[in-house]
Amino acid sequence: MTFKNIIIATTLALSVSAAAFAEEPKQAVATPGAPAVAIVPVTTPGAPAMTAPGPATTAPAAATAPAPIKKQVTLKANKVITLSMFAVIIGITMAVVVWAAKQTKSAADFYAAGGGITGTQNGWAIAGDYMSAASFLGISGLISLYGYDGFMYSVGWLVAYITVLLIIAEPCRNAGKYTLGDILSFRTDPKPVRALAAVSTVAVSTFYLTAQMVGAGKLMALLVGVPYKTAIVGVGILMVGYVVFGGMTATTWVQIIKAGLLMSGAFLLSFLVLLKCNFNIFAFFESIVNSPDIQDHVSKLVLRDGIVLNGIDAGQRFLEPGLFLKKPLDQISLGMALVLGTAGMPHILMRFFTVPTAQAARKSVIIAMFIIGGFYILTTLLGFGAAINLTPQGIISVDPGGNMATLILAQTMGAEIAPVLGDIFLAFLCSVAFATILAVVSGLVLAASAAIAHDIYVNVIKDGHADQHEQVMAARVTSLVVGAVGIVIGLMAEKANVAHLVALAFAVAASGNLPVVFLSLFWRKFNTAGVISGLLVGTIASIGLVMVSPNMTYPKTVAAGAKKIVAAMEQKQAELPPGATLSEKDAVALAKAKVNAELTGTSMMGLEKPLFTLKNPGIISIPLGFIAAILGALLFPNKRSEEMFDEVYVRQNTGLGMAKAVEH
Amino acid sequence: MAEKQYDWAKIAKDPRFIELHHKKTAFLFGWWIFSTVYYFLLPIGAAYAPGLFKIKVIGVINFGYVFALSQFFVSWGLALYYAKVANNDFDRLTRELISEIQ
Repeated sequence: MTFKNIIIATTLALSVSAAAFAEEPKQAVATPGAPAVAIVPVTTPGAPAMTAPGPATTAPAAATAPAPIKKQVTLKANKVITLSMFAVIIGITMAVVVWAAKQTKSAADFYAAGGGITGTQNGWAIAGDYMSAASFLGISGLISLYGYDGFMYSVGWLVAYITVLLIIAEPCRNAGKYTLGDILSFRTDPKPVRALAAVSTVAVSTFYLTAQMVGAGKLMALLVGVPYKTAIVGVGILMVGYVVFGGMTATTWVQIIKAGLLMSGAFLLSFLVLLKCNFNIFAFFESIVNSPDIQDHVSKLVLRDGIVLNGIDAGQRFLEPGLFLKKPLDQISLGMALVLGTAGMPHILMRFFTVPTAQAARKSVIIAMFIIGGFYILTTLLGFGAAINLTPQGIISVDPGGNMATLILAQTMGAEIAPVLGDIFLAFLCSVAFATILAVVSGLVLAASAAIAHDIYVNVIKDGHADQHEQVMAARVTSLVVGAVGIVIGLMAEKANVAHLVALAFAVAASGNLPVVFLSLFWRKFNTAGVISGLLVGTIASIGLVMVSPNMTYPKTVAAGAKKIVAAMEQKQAELPPGATLSEKDAVALAKAKVNAELTGTSMMGLEKPLFTLKNPGIISIPLGFIAAILGALLFPNKRSEEMFDEVYVRQNTGLGMAKAVEH
Repeated sequence: MAEKQYDWAKIAKDPRFIELHHKKTAFLFGWWIFSTVYYFLLPIGAAYAPGLFKIKVIGVINFGYVFALSQFFVSWGLALYYAKVANNDFDRLTRELISEIQ
């Protein structure tokens, strides 16, 4: 135990010193009065970049036609307050880890918190596990720039839980133990099934983790000026610390704390937004439609489609669909991936093994649904509130993707009461973002490690013959390795295009995992061949389709876009009065576009343009996954699997024999 | 494994289990299909029936907004309804079945 405590203390010291170290370079950079934050198009994982005509494409247009910004909007976090709040969060979570480490003695403790989490606690933890920085910052940003479409986008993330609640949660609680492999291997040939389930789990977790890590690094760099690499290493060390020492217990509590912080922040900020319109929701919507800045912003957005709209009509248009999500098929495809993928996400599935009964699993999903749904409804207030109070033009001037909208809103709203309150409020929301990242990445590392240690090491390599001590040791070592790999990938992927990875993770979960989990639980004839063909085809189809989709970078397309910018900029220059030069921002854009215009060659897959025109593969890959799973099972029938269906089916419905599943 | 061995096939043929199975299957898949259809009406409607979504319902708030908002309440309502049915009905049937077996 003392050894453990020493390592925990070292981890804590390391992460604090990482934060302190980060303070040095920033002070040299931040000159007072200058725009506080470097403006880079952040790809916070998920929301803005993964759907349709991304914010990146809107940036040049905004630059060529500078809107009359009436309100100067800036974002500057107070480093002392922000880092102190980070330190408080690190301190509290580390205390949780020390406490959790003492309770983590068996494999069941490590992977499933000994089944001792209550339904309510698990509900908060699911919400904490699920809502990433993209939900928190990205969706409110989308609403602040594109109105209705941002709100519509958020709906699928909640509706997804209906599938979890009705179809997946309770049967999995009754039939499973720690991992996806446990559910799938029940009446199949365990070794190949477990190995493949582990590969799929690691793939989904890695895609999601990479997106989260890169997002985390960029977010921290933007918020508090911590260099990207330092941020990745700092977040990585904390994440490894939570999982290795505290296992599921610590991860659960980090997620609960995060969900609590997130909801408090959203409530507080919504309260301030509503206070400004005297809690009159109709007046709130009136002020959206009547805002001259929003009207102007919408006029410019629709003008790109050749439509002229002005005044109140443009304002009203902000509350109507189609400003951002312009490809309905892509939307439907994403919707399918969400509705089926959430239920196939290994880190979400794993949460159901932490509660003692199916009733508790049911309760936890319902609680999670109220938290997640409530949060998205508050997000509407935050997004529209940001559009009214900061203006879309002001939000774009800080970040073209709108990811910073909530944070600027917090600072502005607080500062209207008292300047220092603005700093405190912003710092609080920054630390919410920080806690959000930690909670999500810890859950992912735990899920991936469980798959490797429990499925591959204990059950495939050791044939299930490993004592508790060895199992826990294997789990800890694996988490350390998985975490370290996560950090390395995060460091390497700084410049990579990661925006599509969240959608890819959901697509793989929906096309590979969900069909085989569903058929294992509900179809008598399902068997080993079905699991293998379903997992393989679903996973490969979704990855393959994304590799040839518009998500990849196509140099010739980039060059074509850049040529248009060059032409626009040169025309702008020609129109300037003699002697005048382009603004610094425009000049930089022109120089960059000139370089890009020379790009030639093909995408990673050797393509000049996408073969598959949708960004979300679900609409094709999900049916493929189901068909492959069904065909595989029908072509290679297995009598034993059929005979064992009664057992699986009775178990999952009644919970009989569950003690065996828990203690093994 | 000092655990009780159950005759799974016999339980599966128990009329109580079959009743539980029928009730659950009808409820779960029926409502799942309902909620999925209701959800996909949102992106489909937004894309192919923009005129409908633009109709103002209360003040400047239009049908599209009310419909998107309703998704949340329909999901919550369904979750609570399921909890009620499961807690009262399914769990009771399960308990009766288990007590009979043991």
